[in-house]
Amino acid sequence: MAYINGIGVISSQDLSRGFPETLQEYRVDFLPCLPPDYKRFINPIAARRMSRLIRMGITSARLALADAGVEMPEAIITGTGLGSVEETEKLLMDMDSGNTLLNPTPFIQSTYNTISSQIAINLKCHHYNSTYVHRSFSFESAFMDALMQIGEGMADNALAGGIDEMTMMHLDIMRKVGHWKQAPASNITLLQDSTPGALAGEGAAFFVLGKEPSASTYCKVEGIDMFHRDSPEGLGEQEIRSFLQSRGYRPDDIDLLVLGYNGDSCFDGIYDRFAGDLFSSATTTWFKHLSGEYYTASAMGLWLGAFMLKNGRIPSAVLLRGDAATPAHRVLVYNQYRGEYHSLFLLSAI
Amino acid sequence: MEELISKLKQEVIQQLNLEDIKPEDIDSDSPLFGEGLGLDSIDALELIVLLEKNYGLKIEDPKDGKKIFHSIRTMAEYITEHKKS
Amino acid sequence: MPVRVFVTGLGIISGIGKDLNEHVTSLYHSRPGISDIRFLDTHLKGEIPVSEVKCSDEELFGMTGVSSHEAYSRNSLLGIIAAREAWDHAKLGTRKKRRTGLISATTVGGMDQCEKYYQEFLKGDSYNDFIEIYDCADSTEKIARQLGITGFRTTISTACSSAANAILFGARLIRDGYLDRVVAGGTESLTIFHMNGFNALKILDKQPCRPFDANRSGITLGEGAAYIIIESEEAAREDAPEFIAELAGYGNACEAFHQTASSPDGQGAWLAMKKALETAGIEPGQIDYINAHGTGTDNNDLSEGIAIQRLFGEHIPPVSSTKPFTGHTTSAAGSTEAILSILSLKHQMIWPNLNFRDPMPELSFTPVKELITDVPVNYVMSNSFGFGGNDTSLIFKKVKQE
Repeated sequence: MAYINGIGVISSQDLSRGFPETLQEYRVDFLPCLPPDYKRFINPIAARRMSRLIRMGITSARLALADAGVEMPEAIITGTGLGSVEETEKLLMDMDSGNTLLNPTPFIQSTYNTISSQIAINLKCHHYNSTYVHRSFSFESAFMDALMQIGEGMADNALAGGIDEMTMMHLDIMRKVGHWKQAPASNITLLQDSTPGALAGEGAAFFVLGKEPSASTYCKVEGIDMFHRDSPEGLGEQEIRSFLQSRGYRPDDIDLLVLGYNGDSCFDGIYDRFAGDLFSSATTTWFKHLSGEYYTASAMGLWLGAFMLKNGRIPSAVLLRGDAATPAHRVLVYNQYRGEYHSLFLLSAI
Repeated sequence: MEELISKLKQEVIQQLNLEDIKPEDIDSDSPLFGEGLGLDSIDALELIVLLEKNYGLKIEDPKDGKKIFHSIRTMAEYITEHKKS
Repeated sequence: MPVRVFVTGLGIISGIGKDLNEHVTSLYHSRPGISDIRFLDTHLKGEIPVSEVKCSDEELFGMTGVSSHEAYSRNSLLGIIAAREAWDHAKLGTRKKRRTGLISATTVGGMDQCEKYYQEFLKGDSYNDFIEIYDCADSTEKIARQLGITGFRTTISTACSSAANAILFGARLIRDGYLDRVVAGGTESLTIFHMNGFNALKILDKQPCRPFDANRSGITLGEGAAYIIIESEEAAREDAPEFIAELAGYGNACEAFHQTASSPDGQGAWLAMKKALETAGIEPGQIDYINAHGTGTDNNDLSEGIAIQRLFGEHIPPVSSTKPFTGHTTSAAGSTEAILSILSLKHQMIWPNLNFRDPMPELSFTPVKELITDVPVNYVMSNSFGFGGNDTSLIFKKVKQE
């Protein structure tokens, strides 16, 4: 159990001044991130060698720390599903063209833990450092590790983040196996689309988890769990009840759901059933029109849940069902990836 | 030689991604490493790649790089000398 | 009192053997696995030595029982072989069901296949089985499926300390009460991709690596997979066939110095080793053997050497790197060397640091040159230090059969 005391987010929307009045509409192959203001946090000599992904990671992490008023976390843990796609592609294309003389910089940047390490170098942080790379469990693993650090008394403040980037080359490849929409789609009308494939995206969200609440606290984290399925299907009722029960709650205690609808007609039905079966009276919201889909997109969902608890309001742009005017007390974030990877985050207002 | 020095400055800026620096900002005789541009061991490796890709000159041992890459001028001198043979 | 964590199963495949027994034989007879490149189709063939697993992909398919028509990377095959050996060693297939997880480490993922098929991925119109096995999670999922693990699984990638971090995280999951048993370790096959990458960094030795030698000139890459089964004391005492060792301590720290270099005073290594001693509740003087990270690079061996001197002072225990045997198995190194450290406890032997000749002038100690047998070994420290300054140290303790 811990508190979310700071968050830094980079997405397709400008969230620097709270939730925008109107969301920016895109009709795209994938939702791109707005360029991060990295010059604030990274000196030019260091920045020049950093890939776009690393700049996003450091900026997001530093924004979270600034938000929490924490200078030095005692753990830095990152989750990324694909790491530096751009750098890996550079190397593969180089190899394919018969070039055996590779540049060292993209190779170093293609290693998955480069984000966690560069954040540590930026902060001069010698504490615990790790990186998880497991599809839609990547951010969840990082977040869970951070919660454990606090529970073990190893950290008073732990930094945990989820980050992924997208490139057209990678998108084209994964499109062939059905992950993404076959044509550009609008993020705003995504749920009316009814076509297979998700709207791809990219983004970064870092969280400062604290042992104690502070002036900047968003919410309390009651728990997190991950569930894997060998073949695509939804979560069982018993599993959901068990998750809540072990934290002392029942489905009725949840007044707000944040759901990972991504526009994929093959799998979005899983969210319909989740929200319908046990949580028929909860208000429901979604977030992937801000982030698009990627392996660590659940971090954006977590941000939204925390944001709504802290601000006591539900922006109409994210509302699916229920009353936007009633502040929530207990939020359940549910994300799943193609029916195989399911995660639940339980948050409470303080 | 001056033409090569000018070309090298542009290539170094590109290879090392020195975004905010222009060729006229680089002094031909100033040290590239440590004080000057503040380059490091990874940059040295990138310069080795540059020399091989653009000039066909191979440096096997990174330690030899220290003398060669001292400044833009020493780089140019190395290229001029070894391209003859 | 924190929950005690015991090692009850070991499984390993590398350049010096296809299973645990072959490893013991190779270590005992000082038979390294480093030779010319045989299986990998790279331009570096004949130029640099490596430690390959002495099996073709076809042979590995045969050993796992998986059909070679299925999209399995070499990485996955190695992982399955080692994980299954550990699983069977701990007899997990027949024991009482308990909360079991898999923490696996890798960096290359399915790259050994991806690098072959990349152009086809880009240009081809049809579904290619290999597209979806590119990432790090693939081998972990394949191992989970082969072992029948339905619960918690994840993949760690922190370069050369990955598998040690997998063991560390597994132990914490057990101590924090989330799981009773964890299959923890890593797998890494050789790929053209990362060989070219290390070559670009100019840290590959043209001869077999010489850790802690004054004239060392780089690493020798290796491939392999290694997994250990760790269990809570309660789960182990219930029905484990054997208590192999105890995971007594662990520590992770970050150098935060430079993306590829360690600091001259080895601060990250020092912190990691110190934390491991603290969690084990023991003094430096109680360590009987350090299985060093010892890669053979100028930088690591100096940095690690200085850190060992700083921490152990006048009482530096025997130190050796076993990378001249297995090569540097990168993301699998942490668990490969954990197993070699545990074998040291089991057989009461200290493995030699092969290829060593001339002492480093900066260090007050030299590594173990010849096999030491019949020596009391109660605590072994195993170090794994990765790119990006991710440093992890594990301490294993000998147990009497209980």
